[in-house]
Amino acid sequence: MSETVLKTENLTKIFMVRGKKAFAAVDHVSFQLKKGETLGIIGESGCGKSTLAKLLCRLQEPTEGTVELCGQDITKARGAELCSAYRHIQMVFQDPVSSFDPRKTLGDGIGESLRNTGKSRREAELRVRELLKQCGLPGEFAGRYPHEVSGGQCQRAAIARALAVEPEVLICDESTSALDVTVQKKIMELLGRLRVDTGISCIFICHNLALVQDFCDRLLVMYQGKIIEEGTPDEVIFCPKEAYTQMLVDSVLG
Amino acid sequence: MSTPEKKRIRGRLIFFSLLALGLLLAAVFADRLTPFDPNAQDMSASLQAPGGVHLAGTDRFGRDMFSRILVGLRTSLLATLTLVAVITVAGTVAGVLAGYLGGAPDAVLMRISDVCLAFPGLVFAMAIAALLNGGIGNAVLALALISWPKYARIARSQTLTVKSSNYIAAVRLSGSGPVKMIGKHILPNILGPVLVTSMLDIGTMLMELAGLSFLGLGAQPPTAELGNMMSGGRSMLQTYPWVVLGPGVAIFITVVVFNLLGDAVRDYLDPHSGKR
Repeated sequence: MSETVLKTENLTKIFMVRGKKAFAAVDHVSFQLKKGETLGIIGESGCGKSTLAKLLCRLQEPTEGTVELCGQDITKARGAELCSAYRHIQMVFQDPVSSFDPRKTLGDGIGESLRNTGKSRREAELRVRELLKQCGLPGEFAGRYPHEVSGGQCQRAAIARALAVEPEVLICDESTSALDVTVQKKIMELLGRLRVDTGISCIFICHNLALVQDFCDRLLVMYQGKIIEEGTPDEVIFCPKEAYTQMLVDSVLG
Repeated sequence: MSTPEKKRIRGRLIFFSLLALGLLLAAVFADRLTPFDPNAQDMSASLQAPGGVHLAGTDRFGRDMFSRILVGLRTSLLATLTLVAVITVAGTVAGVLAGYLGGAPDAVLMRISDVCLAFPGLVFAMAIAALLNGGIGNAVLALALISWPKYARIARSQTLTVKSSNYIAAVRLSGSGPVKMIGKHILPNILGPVLVTSMLDIGTMLMELAGLSFLGLGAQPPTAELGNMMSGGRSMLQTYPWVVLGPGVAIFITVVVFNLLGDAVRDYLDPHSGKR
């Protein structure tokens, strides 16, 4: 439980607004994620949660700071080095349907990382079916296109894709926000089960306090790009130290 | 709900595809279809009116107009299709690279295309064609130089849209390199609008090529080409109109067929037209 799999130090992303005004979307964020731990990140829209998620897996370049994944600094990784880092970190996006290439089947999307790690077409196909079953979808879904399945089914496929390379870290960026409540519940159950089965570490980005309360071991509260509070869900929800956190809690529970 | 509409669009596509195919076949097999040798002169049969042995009449050297139109169509269509293929490929490659790489390569490629666009198109093409001493190949080259930026811009803007989409982020997370990313995910997703543009451009390009030839900057006589055939008969428009009207009608029909085919393809691929 004590091994650190993901560590950031002073991670900062500054956007230039119209060339002159600097805007820090993520402002000196430092945290550690332990093996098997689920870390929730909450905050209002525009507080930098999604930018942070993109920085963690280098979909955006940080302005400052470092990201260390499984003991390796990936802040400056490029090309093949970065590709091999993606065997350890994966992400599930908010909108499942748009996260699959509209011209490729779900199976192609899920199998792409497997093919990239040198598996044959046949091996990849078998593994894709296995992954789909693990995520509660019949194997035939490998042949479907993203627009032919429902949002919930597509998100299951997206989770299967993320798990294909057996990563150490899974980032869920508002992964249930685009789904309706019953589907949301089922996806949460799936994630919970997979967490137990695989021992994966999760970063769970969400604006719904009720969801993170049961799901996360530890919470970070983000406000205007900074982490303003940290603690277990109960600590944060029941005795918040910051006024903003209090407001956030009140707006949901009050 | 939109099924009859969909059927109508598909029907139109098939109809115009068949017409275009007919024109292409006529052009490809022109040699076997011509009733007379298109270059054989027969002064005793010069300037005969259409009808009789010579279906579309004869020109001032007694050459059979119908045969010349068929062969001319082949020259024009072949050059046009080559031109459209060249600008589509060159423009798309440049646009995708500019959009994908961004930064300096993007700025350089786009400034070059701005320069090409800054000149008035056909005038610039005439200057290049004149500089290169005519010939159909040089006319194609001249028009290619002024036409590729349009494709580069379309491909670039489409690439930028696709590049910022979630699924490209997901592909990147799958550990795919730039070659796979462009070849398997970006190109297939931007090809629709690019191909529709090139289909719609076939008619325009055919006219511009014929225009250059008409001015003596394209195919040189005695090569039969629709544009220079019209040019050759222009002084006889009032007395022997078929010498001009024959190739003119051929250009008209070809342009109309390919334009309508382009429209049909666009309607067919348009996601709002009921398909998908």
